[in-house]
Amino acid sequence: MQDPIRKNPLKKTRTALLPPAARSRKAHLLIPPAGRGEFALPRCAACGAFAWPVPEACPVCLSPDLPLTAAPRGGEVISATTAEVPADLYFRERAPWRVGLVAMDCGPQALVHLHPEAGQGDRVRLSLVLDRAGQAVLHAAPEGERDMASDPQWQEMAADPRRRRVLITDARHVAALPLAQALLAAGARQVWLGLDEAWKPFAGADAIRALEGAELVPLDLRSDRSVGDLARDLGGKVEILVNTADLLRPGMAFAPSVPAQTREMMEVAAFGLMRLMREFAPAMASRGADGTAPAAAWVNVTPVIARVPHPRFTGYGTAHAAALALAPALRQTLGTGGVRLMTAFTGPTDTDWFDAFPHPKLTGRAIATEIVAALKAGREELVIGDLARDWLKRHAENPRALEAELARGQY
Amino acid sequence: MARRGYDGVVLAAPVTVPYQRYSTESTAWWIGRALAGLAATSGIAHRDFDGFMLASFSSAPDSAIGLTQHFGLSPRMVDFLPMGGAGGVMSLRRAARAVQAGDCDVVACVAADTNGPQSFRYGLENFSRFSQDAVYPYGAGGPNVSFALIAQAYMAATGATREDFGRIAVAQRQNGLRNPHALMRKPLSLEDYLGSRPIAPPIHLFDCVMPCAGAEAFLVMREETARAQGLPFARLAASIERHNAFPEDRVMLRGGWARDVDDLWAMAGMRPADMDLVQTYDDYPFISMMQFEDLGFCAKGEAAAFLRDRDLTVTGDLPHNTNGGQLSAGQAGCAGGHIGLVEALRQVTGAAGPTQVEGARRALVSGFGMINFDRGLGSGAVVLEGA
Amino acid sequence: MSALPLLMDALGAGSVRVVDLTQTLTEDFPTIVLPPEFAQSATVRIERLSRYDAAGPAWYWNNLSFGEHTGTHFDAPAHWFTGRDRPLGTVDTMPAADMIAPACVIDCTEGTAVDDDYLLTREAVETWEMEHGPVPARSWVLMRTGWSRRQGAAYANLREDGAHTPGPDAEVMEWLVHDRGILGFGTETIGTDAGQGSHFSPPFPAHHFLHGAGRYGLQCLTALDQLPPTGAVLVTAPLKVHEGSGSPLRVLALVPGAAAG
Repeated sequence: MQDPIRKNPLKKTRTALLPPAARSRKAHLLIPPAGRGEFALPRCAACGAFAWPVPEACPVCLSPDLPLTAAPRGGEVISATTAEVPADLYFRERAPWRVGLVAMDCGPQALVHLHPEAGQGDRVRLSLVLDRAGQAVLHAAPEGERDMASDPQWQEMAADPRRRRVLITDARHVAALPLAQALLAAGARQVWLGLDEAWKPFAGADAIRALEGAELVPLDLRSDRSVGDLARDLGGKVEILVNTADLLRPGMAFAPSVPAQTREMMEVAAFGLMRLMREFAPAMASRGADGTAPAAAWVNVTPVIARVPHPRFTGYGTAHAAALALAPALRQTLGTGGVRLMTAFTGPTDTDWFDAFPHPKLTGRAIATEIVAALKAGREELVIGDLARDWLKRHAENPRALEAELARGQY
Repeated sequence: MARRGYDGVVLAAPVTVPYQRYSTESTAWWIGRALAGLAATSGIAHRDFDGFMLASFSSAPDSAIGLTQHFGLSPRMVDFLPMGGAGGVMSLRRAARAVQAGDCDVVACVAADTNGPQSFRYGLENFSRFSQDAVYPYGAGGPNVSFALIAQAYMAATGATREDFGRIAVAQRQNGLRNPHALMRKPLSLEDYLGSRPIAPPIHLFDCVMPCAGAEAFLVMREETARAQGLPFARLAASIERHNAFPEDRVMLRGGWARDVDDLWAMAGMRPADMDLVQTYDDYPFISMMQFEDLGFCAKGEAAAFLRDRDLTVTGDLPHNTNGGQLSAGQAGCAGGHIGLVEALRQVTGAAGPTQVEGARRALVSGFGMINFDRGLGSGAVVLEGA
Repeated sequence: MSALPLLMDALGAGSVRVVDLTQTLTEDFPTIVLPPEFAQSATVRIERLSRYDAAGPAWYWNNLSFGEHTGTHFDAPAHWFTGRDRPLGTVDTMPAADMIAPACVIDCTEGTAVDDDYLLTREAVETWEMEHGPVPARSWVLMRTGWSRRQGAAYANLREDGAHTPGPDAEVMEWLVHDRGILGFGTETIGTDAGQGSHFSPPFPAHHFLHGAGRYGLQCLTALDQLPPTGAVLVTAPLKVHEGSGSPLRVLALVPGAAAG
């Protein structure tokens, strides 16, 4: 694998142009399923017809009730072309750009970003994916296993670790080493792992030092100075940032130490993220089109407890809920450069603080594998682990029941 | 049922405000020039226009009503038709019925758009929700990609080739060179056409029109009014209009004309072969081919063979887009939906000057407009007959 | 006549020097680590408010936060359960007079050079007394180990079974406090007790005996090599924190200088 040619320091960094971002309010509904990698289209609840583009009423029966519904992903290319001279600057910079008109198996036809190997008359598999503007678009690739890495248009949507430099913020996280291994295996050019309080023993240090392409760097998210200093070194180099920083102390809300402990957890999870954002997000956003492997993604590894308040983890949940509340600002800042914010919700991990939790618990390897796959797929949200998925589902259905169940220890 | 005709309704006073590639004037300036042209040509004061039809994409923040005050008009009726290539036929049909029913006496139909280097981009931003949601995000800002996809499918379905498209463009350029106001001044050969830069195959550079600033206008009135003013006029022999004609078609291989063509010829009491000239909507030559088919000049899918044997120039056996059409004269926004109508009015009244088809009395004019998502939605056609 | 003019003269002439025994308060200076299920001391945090910038165009200042037992710091009697009933046992109520006292410096560097778990014993202190005389009542005993020259991980010296740092054994602490009546005990390490002090009897004997008797602790001292075995005077004024169990502080030593200055 060839490293990208080093940047010519005399040349201006390319401005991160974005594809057209304007959409109707209804079309914004497509963002969440696209971010989760689901293929869901508006379907009339009254007559069952799928509709495209997203309408305000079903064109068949005029019902206004068109919930997004999982749709068959197949289609046939009616027609295909290559935009050689697109009017839009983003596309012109990346031309030629393949576009197809596809008759979807679910009914309507649609314009799509077309895989280079798909042509008129071919069967295709459709994906709903987020583009660099963070908007949902359709992509079609020939049916069967395809090397998506060879499709430059797909690569524009994805955040493939290939040839990119990655910062994992907390080397002590259970997924840090597996992430470094998985990212390097996926072609990452360099992985830095942040280590706080280097004066405290870190059993994983040797394994990381032994990993070619990986390097430990000092980083304490609780310190303005530490985060700022690392950004001065690496701010202009990080193309994927994976924030693994976490501090877990369980407890109901009432123990005397909970506020102090929560404050410390907030220092790591919420204020730490804020410090990272301040120092790294603008730099990454400014490099959204820098070179052949520009800044692409920021991943927050977030315990699902941030979304599903757990009565036995009050402070922990509070800290991560606060961190989650920073996501919109972070997403919008990164979005100015077309850099994706991905939230990876994790269930209880196979670590000391969850020792009383029943299995299945997450291994670091499972977290790493899913995050790398989601980066390649350009997703902005993923839920890792059966327990996390189960909690979210139960929480959506009936949050008070889940609260009572969790308080009783019924996981 | 048989549709009612337009007995006693005529068109007069063809006006073209010469096009410019770019203009620093606002659209209202171009509308003002067109209204002044109508008054000068007809001898009827603009204050006496009691109907005002405006077709424009770029008149914002004004629609037709605000501009009545701007220009000192006091019409009994206004209508605003920012509907692109179908707008000419639509304005005419509304004006004709108003005159026929006695709601108005003299209706000014005006199409005008200005053009600056950024106009195209501004225009895109507010064109259509479906295009905004499901076309522009695919690198398909502007109509080229959408039409390329339709053209590709049309070629696959009919066997038409780029040479077939090219012959239309080449003949039109020959016509356009007769038109002193046409923006494209250089002769075009078939080799030039075939060798031009690909934009979105099969669409190449000379398939595309050049956006520009300009205005087209005409008056609609009763025949006796025209006679009293001593104005040359053309009768409206027939018209059709249809929007989103075949929503179930997977791709647009036919336009709305195909649905109403029988009404058109029945109302006119004529056949395609009776036409002395044809003005199609030519934003891409293959769309003109589709119109020849759907308007009954040949069977579906056979326009390529049909046109191969015909001479489309002013002096040929099937004069087509005699002033060069939009491909040679330029596309002045909504005026592109009126250019064929105004040229046909000149032709059948013998006022076309250098582009005049000898002895022209009957003309078919077709409109097509508003590429939205995957297809052009609006279609219409009229038959004009000189007195 | 007051002694103060003489002191000022001596300071001016250099026959009394001021030695700073304080570590710089930084964010990455090691702090005591307890088993994680216990509440943890906050580490030192220095957050910029402004530095002649948009947040404060003409001025520079920071927000500062830390646990009471961070950096070079002072332990008050109330810090340990044995001292909980002592009157005036917190930093805000302790007698100001206790903030200035003489110091005995016991050089343990020979032992600590070869043994991270070196323990100061009564025998070692008695050996020291043979040369320097008895440890005076109401004086500080400072255990000079050279530990302050270590940094980071070597300073904290945490292993699987906990910290390995030198300190006093139980016998010497009981003896120093009850027989010699010292005012306090000071070290260069993170605690007044040895790293493995939890395994002693009683656990953490320095804390146990010092605070139980209303005496004080000093830790994370530095520059002890600049003090004479006897004759130095320490100025140790902790922040007046309400009901504080201790606080970071600036520790100054007045030491006799060369007569020639």
